[in-house]
Amino acid sequence: MKEKAQIVNPFLYVLPDLMELTDFLNGIRNLCLAGYSPLCFFGTARQELLCGMALAGKEPILLRCLFPQDMQYQSLSMEFPAFHLFERELWEEFGVTPLGHPWLKPVRFPIGGQQSMEQYPFFSSESSALHEVGVGPVHAGVIEPGHFRFICHGERIEHLEIQLGYQHRGIMNLLSQGDIRQKMPLAECIAGDTAIGHGLAYCSAIETLCNVSVPTALQTVRLIALELERIAMHLADLSALAGDIAYLSGQNFFAALRTTIINSSLAICGSRFGKRWLKPGGINYGLSKEQNSLLRSTLEEAGRQIERCTRAMFADAGVLNRFDSTGSVSKKAALELNFSGVTAKASGLAIDARCDFPLSAYTEFSPLCLDSGDVFARASIRAKEIEQSLDMIAHMLSTLPPVSAKDSVSLPPPMPDKLCIAITEGWRGRIVHVVKTDSESGTEFYRVIDPSLHNWFALALAVRNEGISDFPLCNKSFDLSYCGTDL
Amino acid sequence: MFNLLKARIHHGYQAIHDPLNAAIHPSFPGLPTILRACKEDFCAAGSFCPTGAIGDNSLDLGKCVFCGECTRRFPATFAFNPNFRMASSRRESLIIRWDNQSNTCTAPAVEVNAALKKLCIRSFALRNVSAGGCNACELELGASSNVNFDMGRYGIEVVASPRHADALILTGPVSKNMEQAFVKTWEAIPDPKVLILCGACAISGGSFVNSDAISRDWLQTMQPALYIPGCPAHPLSIIHGLMSLLGRVK
Repeated sequence: MKEKAQIVNPFLYVLPDLMELTDFLNGIRNLCLAGYSPLCFFGTARQELLCGMALAGKEPILLRCLFPQDMQYQSLSMEFPAFHLFERELWEEFGVTPLGHPWLKPVRFPIGGQQSMEQYPFFSSESSALHEVGVGPVHAGVIEPGHFRFICHGERIEHLEIQLGYQHRGIMNLLSQGDIRQKMPLAECIAGDTAIGHGLAYCSAIETLCNVSVPTALQTVRLIALELERIAMHLADLSALAGDIAYLSGQNFFAALRTTIINSSLAICGSRFGKRWLKPGGINYGLSKEQNSLLRSTLEEAGRQIERCTRAMFADAGVLNRFDSTGSVSKKAALELNFSGVTAKASGLAIDARCDFPLSAYTEFSPLCLDSGDVFARASIRAKEIEQSLDMIAHMLSTLPPVSAKDSVSLPPPMPDKLCIAITEGWRGRIVHVVKTDSESGTEFYRVIDPSLHNWFALALAVRNEGISDFPLCNKSFDLSYCGTDL
Repeated sequence: MFNLLKARIHHGYQAIHDPLNAAIHPSFPGLPTILRACKEDFCAAGSFCPTGAIGDNSLDLGKCVFCGECTRRFPATFAFNPNFRMASSRRESLIIRWDNQSNTCTAPAVEVNAALKKLCIRSFALRNVSAGGCNACELELGASSNVNFDMGRYGIEVVASPRHADALILTGPVSKNMEQAFVKTWEAIPDPKVLILCGACAISGGSFVNSDAISRDWLQTMQPALYIPGCPAHPLSIIHGLMSLLGRVK
């Protein structure tokens, strides 16, 4: 059992002093060598670079400097690949060029960015033995758009390049306009399947900036909501994984179980996705004694059926044959490329914001971890996390008094000139929101880092040397967000 | 083998018996009613409504994201009923208005599409395009075909190719970067075809209507056949809307 870190997430800062560019870059290098990884790295309209570096159990360290005068600097990505997407964002949004970046290209084609979607450069090969396959942006199923470009040797994938950006809605701009306290419906749409994960990060950040604290019972309800979301989406993924390998019993078992779980959310807040449940300052819908016991018995019953279904699925030779050793990602890659969530935990990296950067209502938590890094590991971690989350909820509910939404606190205007970093562990992994207020308590910027931003690269690595027909299975085993990345 | 049988036995029969007349949990915020004309309440609610859905004694279901703030603050004026039948075949009728004459409010309605009723009565194939959708409407559209809601029982299915489709069902506010692919998919569907808008974002731009990164110009030249409100649209709303359009709701 990992000990609970003695830090309190979210983290509140005043902007640190400006550093010289070389000190800034060296500072980052030294922190990387000391085991820190980048939480955030971005440019601001004030022509400044901001970098947040994180180590489990420690308060994140903020570094700040002005844009380089010649708008270029030596890229960090060759030495520390975790920065490769952050540097691409910076280049795309502000034209600051990281010299020597291995593959500098746009991320999401924001309006006014450096390039338009038609100019997107793809890695290509002249070899006559290789061919390219393009898929998307419109896919065969009911899913979000994105483009996948494969370079194949026969049926075997040599290389996959993932082009996103189709879902870009300008959500970070919208979040920074107007009263920051009224953005909950927008925060819930950062990724609609992670309404609670992103919603909780938003609420926590705003409450910290407004200097209020939410009563523990209400915070516990929010953690219950977060775990319900995790269970529901992991079930959706198990269902889809089963569907992709034509294990139709599993597809239907898990889909029906997901319905049970999300209907429990609906019974409390009216939304199957937990939308409108939380609000900055607390919650909109409480949990009465009757609701508490109904939720407990529903989850107990669901837990028993989940156990039966996972036992059947993971004992099926056909399932194991398709899952085992398919789409492997190494621990080294997971560490170097800043993967999080199931993607990291399935590759042997025991990171989880619930213990590394716990919100105050967490007691103790220990992440589940497997080593093989393949589809089997990611499916197993999901099954085990469902069980773990059910236990967590049962434990929280057993000691939870009746909770009324009336105990929510009202929010004064946010403190001026403060920066807040809020971290939650969504079902996909680490969600980071970075909010800065200006001198009049308006919002200077609102940055969102969805775990998918980093984790998409895991998919590109996983499919190398796999048959192209296994792509859907590999893709589903990560189940990453398009709109969470495109924002 | 025995594990599978055990799971199957406990799984039982999961399909909702009659999705068109299913009961939904009372906490579900469905079709709203305006309970009274009250200038102050509408004015105040209009000022905080996140998508500007509240007007002069009216509530626009095409804009509403069902956050519930209006009914939580002014329960005497706004009520959301556990009624999933919210779709409409006309944009205008999505706006719920208070009528001073009858002291009641209007409700949306779907007119049967005569051409579809003739052509697609037993089989109706949808091609989904998500254009900036947050994956909530997409998941609900997917769930409409799952073991619980099973709209396949009515011959309604989501197909992989636009060539096989009778309709395009749009989710999302239409991001600029997705507009071209959206138009191309529409053009790839053979005639006759209809456009269906699913969710507040598709209908009105929802929470994103003021973003520079969305583009609804092309969409606004189109005449959609069906609007399904929600944030996201509930599977029962989707199924009921589609079946109403096909003239299959008694």
